[in-house]
Amino acid sequence: MSRSTWPLWEVFVRSQHGLAHKHVGSLHAPDAEMAINNARDVYTRRNEGVSIWVVKAADIVASSPSDKEPLFDPASSKVYRHPTFFPMPDEIKHM
Amino acid sequence: MDHTLFQYLLRMGDTTLVLSQRLCEWTGHGPVLEEEMAVANTALDLLGQARMWLTLAGEVEGRGRDEDALAYLRDAPEYRNYLLVERANGNYGDTIARQFVFDVWHYLLLERLQSSTDERVAAIAAKAIKEVAYHARRSSDVLVRLGDGTELSHRRMQAAIDDVWRHTGELFFDDEVTQALAGCGVAPLHESLRAAWQEHVCAILAEATLVMPPAEEADHPAHRGGVHGRHTEALGYLLAEMQHLQRAYPGATW
Repeated sequence: MSRSTWPLWEVFVRSQHGLAHKHVGSLHAPDAEMAINNARDVYTRRNEGVSIWVVKAADIVASSPSDKEPLFDPASSKVYRHPTFFPMPDEIKHM
Repeated sequence: MDHTLFQYLLRMGDTTLVLSQRLCEWTGHGPVLEEEMAVANTALDLLGQARMWLTLAGEVEGRGRDEDALAYLRDAPEYRNYLLVERANGNYGDTIARQFVFDVWHYLLLERLQSSTDERVAAIAAKAIKEVAYHARRSSDVLVRLGDGTELSHRRMQAAIDDVWRHTGELFFDDEVTQALAGCGVAPLHESLRAAWQEHVCAILAEATLVMPPAEEADHPAHRGGVHGRHTEALGYLLAEMQHLQRAYPGATW
C-alpha cells in the first residue's frame, strides 16, 4: 500500500441543515470504504455532517477553464432569465 | 461498596486515559495523514471518556479529588489501568493490534455497562459506546488490510498479534472488585465477555488471513496486575511525560 498508489478522492458532505451535499475537500485512500472512513475522520470531526459522498477525483469530468468565455459569458447579459419580474403573492413562501 | 465502585471507575478512567496518551504519541508520526487523524480522533474520544470516568470516580470517593487531581497527581502504583494499554506503540501494526483487541473488548464491556444498575455508569457507557463502535470498525478494517496486504505487512501483523496476545487475558480476569459489582448488577463479570470477544476476534483475524494464537497463551499471571497497581516500566515514562507540567509547576492553570 504505497502512498503513491493511493488514488485521490473528492469528499462531499451534507450538513445538519443542508439539503445538498457540498464539496469540502479531498483525500487519499486505497478504496471507497476507506475513503468514507477517512472522510469521516478528516472532514466531520466538528459535527459538520449527516451524510458523506466520496467520488474518485479521476471520475469527475470538469469544464475547461479555457472554455469560460463561450460557456458562461453569454448568460451574463440575460437578466430576463431570472424569475424576478413576477409579483409573488405574500402567501407563497420559500420561493 | 463505594470503595469498590471507586476502584472500578479508576480502572475504566485510567485505562482510557493511558491509551489516549499512548495514541497521542502518533501525532506528527503517522504513516499517512488520514491515519494520523483517525488515531488522534480515537485518542480524543478516549480522553473524553476518561474525564467522565475520573470525574465520577472523584465524586464516589468523596475526598474532593477531581479529574485533574486523579490524572495528574497519582504515581504509577496508584494507577489502575490494564497492562495492555501502557505498552509502547511499537510499529503501526503493533498499535493496530493493541487497538483491535482492546476495541472489541471495550465495546462488549460498554454494551453491558449500558444496563448497569448504577445510572451514572449506564449514562457514561451509553455515550461512549457510539464512539467505541467506530473505533472497533476502524481498527478491524485496518487490521484486515494489513493482515491481508503484502507479504511484509502480513508477517508484521501476525507478529504484532502474537506479541499483544499475552496481555489480553487480564481484560477478562475477575477479582473481588468485579465480583462484588457483578453481584449488585453494576458491572458484568469480565469472564462473561470472553466467549463473544474470542468469537469476534477469531472471525476478523480469519478475514485478515491471520492465525489466532492459542487461547491459553493469553492467561499468564505474569501479565496481569495493572488493575492492582503492579505496572510495567513503560507506564512510568508515560506518566512522567503526561504529568510533567503539573509536577514542575503545581497548580498551574491557564
